[in-house]
Amino acid sequence: MTSLPRATTERRLGLVIDLDTCVGCHACAVNCREWNAGGFAAPLTDLDPYGAAPEGVWFNRVHSFEAGDDETGRTVYFPKSCLHCAEPACVTVCPTGASYKRASDGIVLVDEQKCIGCKLCSWACPYGAREYDYDSGVMKKCTLCIDRIYNENLEESDRVPACVATCPTSARHFGDLGDPHSAVSRLVADRKGYDLMPEQGYRPTNKYLPPRRRGPPAVAPAPAAPATIEGKLLQWADRLLSR
Amino acid sequence: MTDPTIDLSPPVADAVRYTTCYMCACRCGIRVHLRNGALRYIDGNPDHPVNRGVLCAKGSAGIMKQLSPAKLRAPLIRVGERGSGSFREASWDEALALASGWLGAIRDSDPARLAFFTGRDQSQALTGWWAAEFGTPNYAAHGGFCSVNIAAAGLYTIGGSFWEFGEPDWERTRYLVLFGVAEDHASNPIKIGLGALKGRGAKVVSINPVRTGYSAIADEWIAIRPGTDGLLVSALIRELLLADRVDFTYLVRYTNAPWLVIEAPGAADHGLFARGADGAPLCWDTSGRAVSARESGIQPALVGRFTLPDGRCSSPVFELLARRFLDPGYAAEVVSGTTGVPAATIRRLATELAAAAFDEKLVLEVPWTDWAGRRHSHMIGRPVSMHAMRGIAAHANGFHTCRAIHVLQILLGTIDAPGGFRFKPPYPRPIPPPPCPAGRHGTVAPGRPLAGIPLGQPQGPEDLLVDPDGRPLRIDKAFSWEAPLAAHGLLHTVIRNAWAGDPYPIDTLFLFMANMSWNSSMNVAETVRMLTDKDPVRGAYRIPHIIYADAFYSEMVPYADLVLADTTYLERHDCISLLDRPISSPDAPADAIRQPVLAPDRDVRPFQDVLLELGARLKLPGMVEADGAPRYPGGYADYMTRHERKAGVGLLAGWRGPGGGQHGVGAPNPGQLERYAANGCFWEAPLPEHLRFYKHANRGYLDYAARMGFVESAEPVLLQLYSEPLQRFRLAAEGHGPVQPPPALRERVRAAFDPLPVCPPPEADDPYPLHAVTQRPMAMYHSWDSQNAWQRQIHARNRLYMHGAAAAAQGLADGDWVWVISGHGRIRVQLQTMDGVQRDTVWTWNAIGKRAGAWGLTPDAPEVRQGFLLNHLIDDLLPANPGAERATNSDPVTGQAAWYDLRVRIERAADGEHETAPQFPPLAPPPGAPERPAALRYGAEFRARRGA
Repeated sequence: MTSLPRATTERRLGLVIDLDTCVGCHACAVNCREWNAGGFAAPLTDLDPYGAAPEGVWFNRVHSFEAGDDETGRTVYFPKSCLHCAEPACVTVCPTGASYKRASDGIVLVDEQKCIGCKLCSWACPYGAREYDYDSGVMKKCTLCIDRIYNENLEESDRVPACVATCPTSARHFGDLGDPHSAVSRLVADRKGYDLMPEQGYRPTNKYLPPRRRGPPAVAPAPAAPATIEGKLLQWADRLLSR
Repeated sequence: MTDPTIDLSPPVADAVRYTTCYMCACRCGIRVHLRNGALRYIDGNPDHPVNRGVLCAKGSAGIMKQLSPAKLRAPLIRVGERGSGSFREASWDEALALASGWLGAIRDSDPARLAFFTGRDQSQALTGWWAAEFGTPNYAAHGGFCSVNIAAAGLYTIGGSFWEFGEPDWERTRYLVLFGVAEDHASNPIKIGLGALKGRGAKVVSINPVRTGYSAIADEWIAIRPGTDGLLVSALIRELLLADRVDFTYLVRYTNAPWLVIEAPGAADHGLFARGADGAPLCWDTSGRAVSARESGIQPALVGRFTLPDGRCSSPVFELLARRFLDPGYAAEVVSGTTGVPAATIRRLATELAAAAFDEKLVLEVPWTDWAGRRHSHMIGRPVSMHAMRGIAAHANGFHTCRAIHVLQILLGTIDAPGGFRFKPPYPRPIPPPPCPAGRHGTVAPGRPLAGIPLGQPQGPEDLLVDPDGRPLRIDKAFSWEAPLAAHGLLHTVIRNAWAGDPYPIDTLFLFMANMSWNSSMNVAETVRMLTDKDPVRGAYRIPHIIYADAFYSEMVPYADLVLADTTYLERHDCISLLDRPISSPDAPADAIRQPVLAPDRDVRPFQDVLLELGARLKLPGMVEADGAPRYPGGYADYMTRHERKAGVGLLAGWRGPGGGQHGVGAPNPGQLERYAANGCFWEAPLPEHLRFYKHANRGYLDYAARMGFVESAEPVLLQLYSEPLQRFRLAAEGHGPVQPPPALRERVRAAFDPLPVCPPPEADDPYPLHAVTQRPMAMYHSWDSQNAWQRQIHARNRLYMHGAAAAAQGLADGDWVWVISGHGRIRVQLQTMDGVQRDTVWTWNAIGKRAGAWGLTPDAPEVRQGFLLNHLIDDLLPANPGAERATNSDPVTGQAAWYDLRVRIERAADGEHETAPQFPPLAPPPGAPERPAALRYGAEFRARRGA
């Protein structure tokens, strides 16, 4: 068992992901891949990279769901990474203290020095957000780009997670969800952002914004009164237009 | 308990170099972060006009392109049979000596025996010029099977086009209609724009048989039957006309709506514009006389029938257009059955379009002056915009469908109005823009350059490249009666024609980055056969020499006799020039460069450097000095800086003149590339506010464009609802004029060259009831990266997608293996059912399937065993017509390959095989191909260095 910080952290850094604008382009997933391949948890090993079963460590994966082919039907793209829960089962289940939640900002990390590769955390995570690196034998996961967001070697505007910086449709937002006045908290409030599987009680920090409800389409006008072509042309004949 | 101490500020890079991405055609600005000389990270350049800091999945996978084991190492010379993959590595001196030997002999005898086709080329300002200097008319890139229909329809209608020559007003539009757009050429700009539109609640309508990607987030998805978009648009036009919801003022001032068209059926001038003595088109003024369309202050009639002073009858364009689209055949109820779009939906869309254009006030308080000198105190917005690309392009009715979309935009007054579809400088240009294609009969001669660039826009039959008997002069038959407006050439016909010696045999096929033995050809197996076929008498290959330039071991490499090993995009200079395919935004002309950020670790050279050296060895006039020394010893970078197309106009518009103080026109500046590098590798020159809209008719903008060298003169670009050039071709088909089509093609030309849009839907095809189309997935679109270790973890195999109910009706279920059968062939694939697809349509991801042995992948890779191409089902020729030769499977106007017209049926595969078919024999690896790593630990070195 690994303990959580005593009180709920005041700062709760996390992501807000807008399912209304995500087009499923995978930019976030691949840009995450390239930053983190050389980052905090480097390398993110790719096994059999040019063979029959290429498989690597991805902190962020994009799933898609669809249903219905009428006006109510939808295709939804659903990017998923660690949700940095307030009650992370992956941490409490860790037998060595490798999995931990930072007191200062709520980010859940793995201390690879302590990880024995038992994978209990990946069994405990209800969201399937952990990634085991079979090559190095340790568990890896989204760090919320901890080596970017505070990095004084980067321009201040670049100190956001790679997935947020690169998202072409601006479907991803980063900030302090512990601060009710932060931009991300206001966005969640305005757009009725929600928790994934709240009934499980893990209190995820990351929030999802639902696809906007589509208004009923305007009522179609009745077919135009039958007009002969000649009749219609005649209507335009007297129109005076200055060039 | 305290948290472990971690380094929150690890060093990222010791150098950041700017350049331009080339993971697809979008050309975003990137920052390449280097650590100890190795690639650490690539991200978007926040200041760049194309991508403003974002980067897509492809661009983010650039590191894996650089690390690919499929990279070629050195020039290769074939030592076994063609296709065997038996090569030896050669020095560049030997490779270039071999190439210049072949090419020199051709140039000295008949330059047309070189066919130079450059595939996914982004340096056509160089390659087209090179072809012209060589003297061959047989040059093009890959637009003939990509999107020439979009480009040509735009250039012949509005003097611009979707994507590179214009885009929706992302900032102001309130209603966006996407036609058949999957992940597309303007990859990041569209995504950025859609994000903005969704953020402010603008409506997005997607007209697409498949609901993925952009269609998934559209506010309304219209599941249209493939190939019927033009009918739908025609019905929308009809509704707008019936409701008087068109912008009459815009039509009268900025389009040819009031121009008089001669009505004299059977006469040689029927359907042409009535013109005054000065050649200017005439309008009918309500004062009762014909007046020049160049005059302002007139009140031209839009409808009526008028007798000209010389006794001929005429009607305004608008009358002809209204008669066309008011036809009851375009009634919503009639069109509904063919398109699959309910009539009520069609009427509602028309109502919404008109409401967005006319009822929601959008006015910019920016005074401007129009072409006639009228001062306007403000700019009236029409916040409706549209975008179309693949999906519209690749149907045989694609040219006219795209023209219909432009006509719809024009009627709504949205072209370059605030909120509408906006031109990107140097567009708009004259309709159609000059030049005409070079290479006319009798002008191709040994040892002589062509009189101009081989591609262009014919104005009429006299500009075609045909001999006095009407036979094609180009190997791809572009600009012949088979494809008169083939502005991008027909790469998809070159191999068959070269094999058949039709219209003549060639000596050397020289290709760059064009995977013609695989996913870039229709009828793959036959194409491979033609590449390897020998004359039984002479025992020699029917296509005697094939030179191919590529950076990777693609499926095409083994079919070359000589392989010129290219660099990656991070190892080269490139030029994204206003002279060919600009990256301008509507608010600012812009161009860009690539610069090398890594030195090649192989014996490879940038293709453009090689081309210039070949040119110098061949003593092509533009590439050598008077004494025969190479004119551009510094390679492409040297050429980008010093070459002038005309005085003061070169490939790059920024920082010209002594000291770099001039933009647009100015003498070459030796320090130019340094100025680009210091500015993030791009140049842009924001337009003042009053030049930003109505560019086609904005006096200030037109004067500016002429000053900048974008256009020859500051004439207004009046939008062409009715296309006189098309009518000229039709008249020829009806027996008028000195240049007429051969009898077998007359009816085809007459029908296709309608001066108003006409979009016949695909014909019913009983044995093959389903439409089959493809799209590229967003993570792969237009990329040359099947070997990419990251991208292939997202898409390594593909399935055939089919509506669940349609599958169930055939007793098929998700996961079943099926045969997909067309009139041409059959493929075995695995089915995946879904809801978001039009019920008569099946589709798949394009170009995922790979041939065993290519791209550095193992022969058991999923791309090989579970991936597939629809290309095997598509014939490159249309079915035989009695008494005529089989025609290319292409749009009859532009020659665009009609690969979206594919019709198929599906049968259960009962053989129990769970592998895609057909499978091809594995290609042998090239000499010196590196070992494939069992595990890729890229990035470990940065952590080790950090000591964490």
